[in-house]
Amino acid sequence: MTATLNPLYRFDTLVVGAANRLAFTAAKAVAESPGTVYNPLFIYARPGLGKTHLLMGIGHAARAINPRLSVEYLTLDEFVESFHAAVAAGQGEAYRRRFSDVDLLLVDDVQFLTHRREMQAELLRLSDALQTTNRQIVLTSDRPPAEIEALDERLIRRFAGGLVIDISAPDYETRVAILRRKAEERRASFGEGVLEAVGSLVIDNVRELLGALNRLVAFQAVSDTPLKPAQARALAGGTDTSDKSEKTERSPFPTKKADKTEPASKEGAEGVDEFGDFLSEVSATVAQQVDSWRTKVAAAILRWEGEGFSTTRLEALLQQEMTTDPEQVLHQFESDVRRLQALHAEASTLAPSLAGSSAFRDPEDISGAEAITQRARQGAHPPPAPLPIWRLDDLFESAGNRMALQAARAIVTDPATRYNPLVIVGASGVGKTHLLHALGNGLAARLKAPVACLSAHEFTGELIEAIDRHAVPAWRARYHSAAAFLLDDVHLVAEKDRTQDELFVLFNYLVESGRQMVFTSAVPLAEMTTVEGRLRTRLEGGLVVDLPPPEREIRQQVVERSLQAKVGTSDPELASYVGSRPVESVRAVHGLLQRVLNAAEAQGATPTVALAREVLEGSQPKPPRRPASSRSSGVVGAAGGTKSREKMVWDWPDIGDRIVEEWR
Amino acid sequence: MSLVNFTAREITCKIVYYGPGRSGKTTNLQYVYGRVPESRRGRMVSLATQTDRTLFFDFLPLELGSISGFTTKFQLYTVPGQSYYNATRKLVLQGADGVVFVADSQARRFDDNLESLQNLQDNLLAQGVDIRQLPVVFQYNKQDLPRDLILTQEEMDDALNFRSVQSFSADALHGAGVFETLKGVSELVLKRLAAGSAVA
Repeated sequence: MTATLNPLYRFDTLVVGAANRLAFTAAKAVAESPGTVYNPLFIYARPGLGKTHLLMGIGHAARAINPRLSVEYLTLDEFVESFHAAVAAGQGEAYRRRFSDVDLLLVDDVQFLTHRREMQAELLRLSDALQTTNRQIVLTSDRPPAEIEALDERLIRRFAGGLVIDISAPDYETRVAILRRKAEERRASFGEGVLEAVGSLVIDNVRELLGALNRLVAFQAVSDTPLKPAQARALAGGTDTSDKSEKTERSPFPTKKADKTEPASKEGAEGVDEFGDFLSEVSATVAQQVDSWRTKVAAAILRWEGEGFSTTRLEALLQQEMTTDPEQVLHQFESDVRRLQALHAEASTLAPSLAGSSAFRDPEDISGAEAITQRARQGAHPPPAPLPIWRLDDLFESAGNRMALQAARAIVTDPATRYNPLVIVGASGVGKTHLLHALGNGLAARLKAPVACLSAHEFTGELIEAIDRHAVPAWRARYHSAAAFLLDDVHLVAEKDRTQDELFVLFNYLVESGRQMVFTSAVPLAEMTTVEGRLRTRLEGGLVVDLPPPEREIRQQVVERSLQAKVGTSDPELASYVGSRPVESVRAVHGLLQRVLNAAEAQGATPTVALAREVLEGSQPKPPRRPASSRSSGVVGAAGGTKSREKMVWDWPDIGDRIVEEWR
Repeated sequence: MSLVNFTAREITCKIVYYGPGRSGKTTNLQYVYGRVPESRRGRMVSLATQTDRTLFFDFLPLELGSISGFTTKFQLYTVPGQSYYNATRKLVLQGADGVVFVADSQARRFDDNLESLQNLQDNLLAQGVDIRQLPVVFQYNKQDLPRDLILTQEEMDDALNFRSVQSFSADALHGAGVFETLKGVSELVLKRLAAGSAVA
C-alpha cells in the first residue's frame, strides 16, 4: 500500500547546490501550487542523488501549505503490486478511482516501468486523468524518460509535456555542505580540513558520501586522537587523489588569485558556480514562463470542453510541445468557437430542432456548421399565407363597402405608405376575413414575398406552442421575415396579455421596417377596453374603416354566384327573393340559400322561388334524410342546440381546402 | 527584436550594458566571459581604441542550450560610454530587451552618471521606448574603492534609482555582483514572456 512520507525528507533538510538547484526550484514551485506549474514533473538522477528526498519534500511542503490536500507517495513497485492485488480482488475500478482523486501523486522509481505494458497503460490513463482535473503528478526515475527501455511513446510525450529535469552529482561545495550538515545532525565534530578532504574525493553519490561520513564518525568514536585530513581521505575510500590535481580541475581561473584574499580553489569553484547558478535560474524562469502557456492552453481546454466544444486542436497543441505560437492558436480557437456559437444561435432561431445540435460543437468543422445554418436559412418555416381562394376582384362593391375596398386597393398598389395599419371593423359574417385574405393575396402578388395572414386565435395558439418549445425567438423571426402582416379578429387578443405584448413589439418592428399591416375586428376599437391602450391606440392611428352589413344588392349577387357555383344555373328570381330576406351578413345569406338547396335536394327537385318561400317563410319542411355521401356542406340545424343562426357554421370548407390548411 | 520565437523555438534576449565612460561595462562582460564554459560562449567581439576605451561596442553571445525545448541565447552588449559616441549607443540600444545601467560609484562621477542616465532615457524615447516599460536594473560599480571616494548603494539609489528598480552593488573587476546583476536583468526580461508583450 501507499508508503508514508519520511519525516526527515523535507526541503529544509536538503542541501541545495548547483547540481540540484533547478530540480529544487521546480519541486518547490510544484509544492506551492500543485497542478498548475509543471505537470507532470519528472525528476531523474542516478541513485543516491536525492530524488526520493526531493519527492517526499514536495509532499511535506504541499501539505504544510494546504493540510487538506490529499497526497500519495508510492514507489512504482508498490503501485504495481497494489494494482495487481486490486485487480485480483475485482476492485480494479475502485483502485483507479482512488488514485484519480489524489491531489498530489508522487511516484518513485518509474524506471521499473520497463517492459510493463499494462502498467504503462495504467499510468498513462492515470496521468491523463490527473492532468485533466489539474491534479499534480511527480515522478522520479534513474534515467530520462526516453531512456527507459520499451516505454510507451505516449508516456514519453506526456512526461516531456511537463517538465523533465535532472539532478547531477553534487559539486565539491555541496558535498562539503552535506557532510557538515550530516555531521552536525549526528553531533559529531571533526578537525579542520577533515570534511573538506572527504568532500574533495570524487564521490558523487550522496549515499556513498554519507557512508564515508559514517566511517569517520565510527572511527573517531573509537580513536583517542582527532582524525587528520589524510586519514579521513583514506578512511573514506579515497586513493591518492592529490590536492593539487583536484584543485586544478576545479579551478579554471587559478591565475586570478593574485589580488584576492580567498584561496584560489574556492574562488574558482565559485566562478564555475556563478555561471551554473545563472543558468539554473534562467532555466527555471524560462521553464516557468513557457509553462505558463501550457497552463493557459490546459485552462482553455477545460473551459471549452466544459462548454461542450471539441478541443482536439488545443490538445494537439499540448502534444506538439508548442511548435507554433500558442497564443495565436488559442485566439483562433476562441474566434472559431464564437463563430460556432453565432451560427448555432442563428440556426436554432430559424429551425428550433437544430438547438443543441452537436454539429455546432466542433471548431474543426465550421464549414459543416455553416452548411447546416445555410440550409436552415433556405428552409426557414414561412409564416401562414392568405388563403388563395379569395381575391379582391371577386368582391362585389357597393356603397357600403366602397371605402373599405378602395382602401384595400390603395394598399395593394402602394403598401405601407398610405394606410398603415388598415383596420377593418364590422360585424361577424360581413366579409372581413374574405376581404383580409383577398388583400393578403394582393399584397403577396405585389410584393412577391411571403405575407403573413392569420387569425388572432391562431396567432395566440402559435405563441403558446412556441413558449412550450422554448422557441419564441424563432417564432418571432417568422413574422419579422414577413413582407406584410394581416391579422383577422384582432379583438380576440383581449385579455391575452402575452399575445398583446408580442403583438405590440411586432407591430413596432413592422412599422419601423416599413411593412404593411391589416387588422380586422368584430368589435369597434373604442369598445376593446381589455386590449392594452398602447396597442389599441396604435391600431387607431391607422385607417379604421367600417364594413357594414351587405345591402340587398350585394346579397342578391352573392346568391346568384352561389347558385351558379352549386347548381350550375342562374335563377335571378330566386336570387332576388333570397337576397331580399332581412339578414345581416353574407354568411346568413349563404345559410338561407343552403336551406333552400337542401330542401330541393331532399325532394329531388330544382330550387325555385316557391320552394324557397315554403322553406324560408312557410312551415318548416320535414328534416330531409341526409344522403351524407353526396354532401360537402350543410347546415348545423337547430336540433344541434345552437340558438343564434349567426353562430352557426354554415359553410364547411371542402376537403381540398382543409388539406391545404393542415399542410400549412 | 522578438524575444520568443515559437516557430523556431528560440528565445533570444538582448541585454545592453549602459552607463558613463569607464564605469565598468566592458569589465562586466569580460568577467562573464571568463566564467562561461567555452562551449557556451561565442567569440567576444570588442572594438576598443588604443587606450582601451570601447570604440564601437562589445558583444558577447551566450548559448544557454535548450531550456524547456527552446534554444536560449543571450546577447550581451555594451555601449561606448563617452558622450561623443551617441550615434553608436543609439544603434546598440535598438531592440534591447533589457538594460543594465552600470553607474560609477565614485562621488566625483556623480554628474556623469546622471548625464548618462538622461541620455539613456532620451535615446530610448527616440526609439519610441518608454524606459518605464523596459526591464532595467542598476549596478553600482567600484564599491570596493575606499569609502570616502564612493557613494554607498543607498546614496546611489537616491541619486539615480527613482523608480526603485532592482539595484546591485558590484566590484566588476573581481566579479562581485556581476552575475547577480545579470540574473536580475535576465529574470525581468524573461518574465515579460508571461505578459506576452514581447511574444513574436
